[in-house]
Amino acid sequence: MSKKEWPLWEVFIRSKQGLNHKHVGSLRASDSTMAIENARDVYTRRSEGVSIWVVESNNVFANDALEADALFTPADSKIYRHPTFYDVPDGISHM
Amino acid sequence: MEKQKALYEYVLRLGDDSLILGHRVSEWCGHGPILEEDIALTNLALDLIGQATSLLNYAGELEGKGRDGDALAFLRYEREYKNLLLVEQTNGDFGKTILRQFLFDAYRKPLFECLQKSSDKTLAAIAEKSLKETKYHLKHTSEWVIRLGDGTEESHNRIQDSLNSIWKYTHEIFYKDDIDSVLIAENIISSGDEIKAEWTKTVSEVLAEAKLEIPSNNWIQEGGRKGLHTEALGYLLTELQYMQRAYPNMTW
Repeated sequence: MSKKEWPLWEVFIRSKQGLNHKHVGSLRASDSTMAIENARDVYTRRSEGVSIWVVESNNVFANDALEADALFTPADSKIYRHPTFYDVPDGISHM
Repeated sequence: MEKQKALYEYVLRLGDDSLILGHRVSEWCGHGPILEEDIALTNLALDLIGQATSLLNYAGELEGKGRDGDALAFLRYEREYKNLLLVEQTNGDFGKTILRQFLFDAYRKPLFECLQKSSDKTLAAIAEKSLKETKYHLKHTSEWVIRLGDGTEESHNRIQDSLNSIWKYTHEIFYKDDIDSVLIAENIISSGDEIKAEWTKTVSEVLAEAKLEIPSNNWIQEGGRKGLHTEALGYLLTELQYMQRAYPNMTW
């Protein structure tokens, strides 16, 4: 018997309330059809979702963790990028 | 035969199919070939046990002797079970389990579609709820049959062997007797012709796509609907009934 493993798939679920698909986890499956069926059984048993996306993990590209400093810390000192300097008039709620 | 008695016997047959197959599939719990499929099979088994609960409780009501679904499930003798021989067959390898389930689902889907229109409201309601589950089961098992049949040489040979060994039990799916005639006359069930036509179509299409050959040997084996079972059922019931037989009326 072959020891080859099926590819890994990342699973995204849209809940009843949610607008966007959220990453919920990953699983193994032989192809995209089976990945969706497995995702249905593994991640939506308790009515968690109304829509499923799967993406083969090989197709997800991530930033280099060692470069995180260069990528993200420069934004920390630029507080003017947050719109916190405006006076909100009294009559405006939900801000 | 009077209508009420016929309906009891008919609902019992459907309930026993769900119960026995549900128990068989539940045997995979913790033993699935991969984690994902272990969960899928367990979900499927639970769906079948849920259907069995509705059907056997209703059968108990129709019988009117104070037996509920539990009493029917756990406290009958082997010859009082009316399930198809197909569903009691042992699990074998994963391919055989999937194939047995596929041959059953391909029948259950059109059956529930017809029963949704039954003049018996309770049966129609159970059919409507069960149909959604069954459509998914059929989709899942069809996909697997295609992948195993048209997969590697080993997976192909194994599932073809399973097909050769269980094909003889499929004829019984369309078994009919007095019970059916009474209910057909009352518009509770349909003649079954369209169910057989759809089963034949689904099975031949999926098996063709899976590159599997329907055995040319047309030897048939039946008896389950009359309570005459294969050796496999006795062992299954021993396990299924153990707790209630050893500790009568126990609950948890």
